[in-house]
Amino acid sequence: MTRIRTAALVGNPNAGKSALFNMLTGARQKIANYPGVTVERKAGRLVLPGGETLELIDLPGSYSFDASSPDEEVTRKVVHGEFAGEAQPEVLVLVLDAANLEQHLVFAQEVLALGRPTVVALNMIDLAERDGLVLDPSALSEALGVPVVPTVAVRRRGIADLVWAINNAEVQAASDPKDHNQPHLTLPERRLAARNIAKAAILSQSAEHRIHTGLDKLFLNPWLGPVILFGLLFVIFQAVFAWATPFADALDGGVGAISEWVSATLPAGLPRDFLTEGVLAGVGSVVVFLPQIVILFFFILLMESTGYMARAAFLMDRMMQFVGLSGRSFIPLLSSFACAIPGIMATRSISDPKDRLTTILIAPLMTCSARLPVYAVIIAAFIPNTKVLGPVGLQGLVLFALYVAGIIGAMVVALVLRRSVTKGAASGFIMEMPRYQLPHVKDLLIGLWQRAWVFLRRAGTIIFAATVILWVLLSFPKAGPGESQMDASIAGKLATGLHVVVEPIGFNREMALSLIPAMAAREVAVASLATTYAVDAEDEEAEAEGLAKTLSTRWSLPTALAFLAWFVFAPQCLSTIAVARRETNGWKWPAFMLAYLFALAYLTAGLTYWIAVAAGL
Amino acid sequence: MTLDDLQRGQSATITAVDWSMLAPDEAKRLRALGLDEGAEVSLAHAGVFGGRDPLAIVIGRMTVAMRRNHARAMAIRVEQA
Repeated sequence: MTRIRTAALVGNPNAGKSALFNMLTGARQKIANYPGVTVERKAGRLVLPGGETLELIDLPGSYSFDASSPDEEVTRKVVHGEFAGEAQPEVLVLVLDAANLEQHLVFAQEVLALGRPTVVALNMIDLAERDGLVLDPSALSEALGVPVVPTVAVRRRGIADLVWAINNAEVQAASDPKDHNQPHLTLPERRLAARNIAKAAILSQSAEHRIHTGLDKLFLNPWLGPVILFGLLFVIFQAVFAWATPFADALDGGVGAISEWVSATLPAGLPRDFLTEGVLAGVGSVVVFLPQIVILFFFILLMESTGYMARAAFLMDRMMQFVGLSGRSFIPLLSSFACAIPGIMATRSISDPKDRLTTILIAPLMTCSARLPVYAVIIAAFIPNTKVLGPVGLQGLVLFALYVAGIIGAMVVALVLRRSVTKGAASGFIMEMPRYQLPHVKDLLIGLWQRAWVFLRRAGTIIFAATVILWVLLSFPKAGPGESQMDASIAGKLATGLHVVVEPIGFNREMALSLIPAMAAREVAVASLATTYAVDAEDEEAEAEGLAKTLSTRWSLPTALAFLAWFVFAPQCLSTIAVARRETNGWKWPAFMLAYLFALAYLTAGLTYWIAVAAGL
Repeated sequence: MTLDDLQRGQSATITAVDWSMLAPDEAKRLRALGLDEGAEVSLAHAGVFGGRDPLAIVIGRMTVAMRRNHARAMAIRVEQA
């Protein structure tokens, strides 16, 4: 069997590498992690004109081989053939932004100095033309000593030519496998050479790039910019919570229908219970989040691919600076309002390790959508639906207060962490602002599919496993006659122990019991409470009562408020902990996260309860 | 005069950089972006309220966002319009 030959895309960030990668490989891509680091490895198959295939990898964007981030370190090692378990690519495809040639040629010379077989893709040539730049690819090719192919990845222009050039370089590499190392130049020397090469390749240019500056004047305006940003965020929130509901309901209904069918088909017994209450309930609790996540990712990808994301980070940097973070933390925290899992995964774009760690640790404090069902039931049961000020109702106000409590909590925690556990040099904010671009449907769809899939795989497996384990805890040992299953189960025993701990903060035994299955996903607390009270009801009338009504008669107001406060902070989500473990490469930080969040939840729930009791509520 | 004194729309040349004022990784990143002695830069935008931080610096055909404390490490000579 012949060895799999590889080619790699290298280039500066914002050179349009990913779009080019999508066009060269199509949707058949494999995303994994480089071992030992949280850097994504994207690989796909490139079909050569002769029908052979190459493995094409999309290396992280770099400004230099003198690495200043884990991403750049991966690129340097792979290109030099020093990355354990990764073959040195036979052909390098150097991607240059045609409109930013002088800057990109600085890194390009470092790559070319390796003397590896290289092909240059002079990418986004259309945007350069829009900016009034006329380039001469043959002059560039002559100066660099390698083939240069003008491309417009998003319009498929030049892709066939590029594949031919890669093919030729590959053939050449096979016949002459040694490197033609060139003398290493210092950074000022490379910069000077870059200027001269760019000057020779640019036939004519007009200094203005009007669209770009015009849009920046609007989006970065100190007054209008934030207004536009918050307007956009409002639309995104609306979309995530309103548009997703019918899809989530449909998915939920679908899983419910399958569950019912299984119940009707299979004979009663343990296998059936396992399938319906364990497996299908687990699947159900994962897929209901999918519509929200897909909608959220759609907007985030849209903001990223148009170049607006960097502007949002720019506008938010000042606010994040107050708590010792930077504008780069904004996106992960925003994502966490839908779900902390994609939020924590998105922290990879933060280059500073301490910034990143702090962001991971506070991400679970953003009010994720799994808390909403819990909030909704408790608020409906205990907060009167009165109008406070015009159309503003008390119930809505309480919900808003819970969101704000999470945000303020996160800010305070970030401030404290940055002065203690994640202490270090004040984090900076240095970021290239990419030019504005129209998004491309294919890139959006591929990105959306990849992120949704990663979510399903990561969250899915963990939530699923947790649900099954909890089902076991709740189902065994079997209850004797006259005994409720919950009380008899292992979980019931655990709840008895837990009740001793949470009694001082006003929680009753049923609440303690609901906290255990809620470790799989917070909203399960609602289902668990419903089951508990339904099971314990003496007559059918009580069973028919809505859960909210039941709760309002069984719980005192201080207890309910304490329960709400608990859910603002408590890390009731095993998947989040597992993702944090994966992203921090160990158990140390997730353990810390678990400890500090439970402590915070206990304290705030306690304070809420004691103050409410003292106030005579 | 340092880069953070630049007014919006003004252009300047960086004459010297006090790298000791910057964290090593940040210094590397700024140098890699071309923000070094001899670079011609202009200020396109400054951030929102509360100190007008960060800054959007135009260098060549690229815009780079950085904080004022980075800009303070860079001595400049303002170009006469």
